[in-house]
Amino acid sequence: MEKDENNWEPKIVAFLCNWCSYAGADLAGVSRFQYPTNVRVIRVPCSGRVNPMFIIKALQQGADGVLVSGCHPGDCHYISGNLVARRKFALLKNLLGYIGIEPERVQFSWVSASEGNRFAALIEKVVNEIKELGPGKKLVKQRL
Amino acid sequence: MNKTESKLKGAVKDLFSGGKVDLVIGYENGTLPLRNRPCFVRSANEADRLVWDSFCVNNLAVYLPRFFQMQEHKKEETRLPKVGIVAKGCDVRSVVGLVKEKQIPRENLVIIGVPCQGLIDLKKVETMLNGDSLSVCEENSEGTLHITTMKGAKKKIVKEQVTSDACLECRYPLLEDVDVLIEGDTRESSKEKYANVKTFEAKSNEERWKYFEEEISKCIRCYACRHACSNCYCQVCFVEQTKPRWVGMSDDLSDIMLYHIGRIFHQAGRCVGCDACVRACPMGIDIRTFTQKLVKDVEELFDYIPGLSLEELPPLCTFKENDSQNFITEP
Repeated sequence: MEKDENNWEPKIVAFLCNWCSYAGADLAGVSRFQYPTNVRVIRVPCSGRVNPMFIIKALQQGADGVLVSGCHPGDCHYISGNLVARRKFALLKNLLGYIGIEPERVQFSWVSASEGNRFAALIEKVVNEIKELGPGKKLVKQRL
Repeated sequence: MNKTESKLKGAVKDLFSGGKVDLVIGYENGTLPLRNRPCFVRSANEADRLVWDSFCVNNLAVYLPRFFQMQEHKKEETRLPKVGIVAKGCDVRSVVGLVKEKQIPRENLVIIGVPCQGLIDLKKVETMLNGDSLSVCEENSEGTLHITTMKGAKKKIVKEQVTSDACLECRYPLLEDVDVLIEGDTRESSKEKYANVKTFEAKSNEERWKYFEEEISKCIRCYACRHACSNCYCQVCFVEQTKPRWVGMSDDLSDIMLYHIGRIFHQAGRCVGCDACVRACPMGIDIRTFTQKLVKDVEELFDYIPGLSLEELPPLCTFKENDSQNFITEP
């Protein structure tokens, strides 16, 4: 099914921080906001926990996109985890774009625990952008 | 023997007779022309082996951590050696990086700064020989190489034509903040910054991916780039870790790419652009174009240049509240 280009639905791995974005996703669910079902959520303690290798590895293992979301700057449960992570993400996003991977494949955002509607809108946007790009081919390991 | 070389030998002899060092790492003549090799001098009378010319390409900082790596319980009872190192501008920056990352103690180091006029890229010389190989190569003080090939042909080459790309772009050929400074003529620092990164950035996404794919598919995963790099001192590298296994042990192109992306990313805010990885690569992969991108980004985004100061925090250990975040997706 998934190999069929017409019937293809993207798989997106979302790393959400426990304190804000995961709660934001929860709120979106509790409030019954509709958003696409293409994301697979992985809960992490903080966006600072996200090792750049997680993202590259996800792309290699066949994720069509990766989303990382954490608390807004200044709201981090661990004071500065997301601020340190922001530097890593800026460099990683630039590097992946530089070697020719579509910039939309890897996205970063901030969603707080009270922003259920923002979370739904974010997923909508990310899924639409990745649908437009088509299945991820670069970096995917063929002989699994 | 040029003047700088004799000054260097004198300085090293002085260090030994003053009891200031147990070991000096420098360069000596190799068996082939244009190839100097690292040399470990342990006494004053061995100092005559040392040479200094435009063929001293290795980044000697890579040898430093091993003299200070030991199990924790042995640290108390062992007297750590005093190590001197002959260092060009880029090597000094590597040493500073290592000190900053607490791999080597500053008080056990004697940095001998040598004036660098740019190093010769052996591959550039070889392409000029049209398949012939070198037999003799001499350098004169006016910046010309006198070459004799195996077939007996003689040739003069202007040094600037065969200077390695890293040196052409070098902005810090001499750092004066060293323990012993050998005086001499130094290369002028380059005004141009990241020219090859800028041209590469201007290409389309597909072109860039094609080039990356082409370059990486040459890789045989010998890890020579990692071994030549003074920043790669980890006891267990991420490619060899098994829990988790980050990179598959296969010849699949995506695994090779993962290794390279990981390696490049680990150079963020640390790479001094000495080009040791490029020279070490047996397959001639253009590593420089990719690694320099991160150096450029770190300078532009975080205003940080690696290896210049001992006090400044590494860019990925710190943050500013107003760091750029225009890459963040807003729904």
